[in-house]
Amino acid sequence: MSELTPDLVRHLASLARIQVTDAEVDRFAEQLSLIVESVAAVNNAVAGDVPATSHPIPMANVFREDVVEPSLTQEQALSGAPDSDQGRFRVAAILDEE
Amino acid sequence: MNYELALEKFEVVIGLEVHVELNTNTKMFCGCRNDFGDEPNTNVCPICIGLPGSLPAVNRKAVESSIAIGLALGCEIAPNGRFSRKNYFYPDLAKNFQTSQYDEPIAFEGTIDIEVPSGAVYTVDIERAHMEEDAGKLTHIGGNTGRIQGAEYSLVDYNRAGVPLVEIVTKPVFGAGAEAPELAAAYVRSIREIVKALGVSDARMERGNVRCDANVSIRPHGQEKLGTRTETKNVNSLRSIERTVRYEIQRQAHILANGGTITQETRHWHEDRGITSAGRPKSDADDYRYFPEPDLVPVQPSKELIEQIRASLPEKPADRRKRLQGEWSFSDLEFRDVVNSGFLDELEETVAKGAKPQAARKWWTGEIARLANADGKDVSDLSITPSDVAELATLVESGKINDRIGREVLQAVLEGAGNPAKIVADRGLEVVSDDGALMAAIDEALAKQPDVLEKIREGKLQAAGSVIGAVMQAMNGQADAGRVRELIIERANA
Repeated sequence: MSELTPDLVRHLASLARIQVTDAEVDRFAEQLSLIVESVAAVNNAVAGDVPATSHPIPMANVFREDVVEPSLTQEQALSGAPDSDQGRFRVAAILDEE
Repeated sequence: MNYELALEKFEVVIGLEVHVELNTNTKMFCGCRNDFGDEPNTNVCPICIGLPGSLPAVNRKAVESSIAIGLALGCEIAPNGRFSRKNYFYPDLAKNFQTSQYDEPIAFEGTIDIEVPSGAVYTVDIERAHMEEDAGKLTHIGGNTGRIQGAEYSLVDYNRAGVPLVEIVTKPVFGAGAEAPELAAAYVRSIREIVKALGVSDARMERGNVRCDANVSIRPHGQEKLGTRTETKNVNSLRSIERTVRYEIQRQAHILANGGTITQETRHWHEDRGITSAGRPKSDADDYRYFPEPDLVPVQPSKELIEQIRASLPEKPADRRKRLQGEWSFSDLEFRDVVNSGFLDELEETVAKGAKPQAARKWWTGEIARLANADGKDVSDLSITPSDVAELATLVESGKINDRIGREVLQAVLEGAGNPAKIVADRGLEVVSDDGALMAAIDEALAKQPDVLEKIREGKLQAAGSVIGAVMQAMNGQADAGRVRELIIERANA
């Protein structure tokens, strides 16, 4: 398993919207590399013909019928919001996709 | 660059992603109402606004609708599919991820034949159709209100967050050349027709029920490597799709011909200016850090369910078109005119209500389209129904009113004066079919043009024209010109 480079750590931090100092980048690169290596040990335990498992319990097709259930009121929905206006959540404008 | 020149130098490759909002009663993963136009943040719950500890559950109807779409597009249905989290931070979803499908979409590998206005047919390969949830609606406030540039803050309504979406992705489409823009629009029109026929979506583009992202790239003729593509997001009308693709072909050709390079990015279409502008650089799929959604178990549709849905599929739009053209005995040109003007549904209903096909075609693609265009409206916004048109056509057909009065009645229907029969009765528009009254008017006109009868007797039938004109004028246009003509000739030969 390849090592996590400081650049990759910085990229991950930016995707996760976390600010990191140079010292933290070095420390996390070391720690994350160790974690990835440890998890990669699983590769040694199984042969390639075992399908990847995303859900450990053999269960499928749990559905909900298409029936309307009560929603929150607008007041309840906005009650946890730091800021709101005109019945909507108010957030900082972020220049990104529309 | 000039469009023809761009096509001379480059080959066009397009790819289309169409998002279809399903018209289920409830959202994809919770029981909140799926409806358009409600008060903001009233169709929300802990699941769709991502409160901690909430647990999603998949809407059975949404899965069945997705399977129906997949089958209608000739796709395979995955015996085992699962949901994934697509991680990104943007306030249109409060969860910080979109629940979507990544490596195991519900449907894959389909094809659809698309006819463009010229009559040429292209086969578009479908790569996949997957289930996901829609995002909330942002309103940008401050600066140039409504646009994100210069906005001071944004307001979020999560009513749409979690609404079921099916995203249909084509494989790269080659070989359409100059018709690539028309093909893109015709493809989206077909998808719209299909989901409407299936009854799984309201398919109203102006409400965003069907939205298209258009990928365009060009490469020099003969080059194997695909050019760098741009993705123009959320193009919301058929006409805009066509214009977007055409604009991007010309823009990219201009850059490449001048030695520049194309940046891989998302772009935005500006209907008012007819251009696209750069958005953000396109993220790699890796940056979304997809991983299997641990809160939802896999979806494994049984063979029985798939076959049951397949058996209940409605007639394919292409088959339906073929059938209707035959039933109505329309020429290829006439029929294409109807399809391209988007009146097929209206026409079918008008004929079902008793109008003759040719008359129904004439009204819809002629006067109604003209009036809609003049008002800059979509025909679906006009207050006229197929029943009205059938009634109007029948009134004309039976000779109760003539074409000219018919157009006047149509205008009155659009102005909200009621249905055609009522308008004709209210305004006394019925043509004068009383031969006595017509004869009186004819004699009056003949008195002023005494030589007409002689000319007709000499075989110059066109001489009747000026008398017909005078009679029509005397009758305020409410006379059957054909009958007037007959009576004049009778008089001449009497």
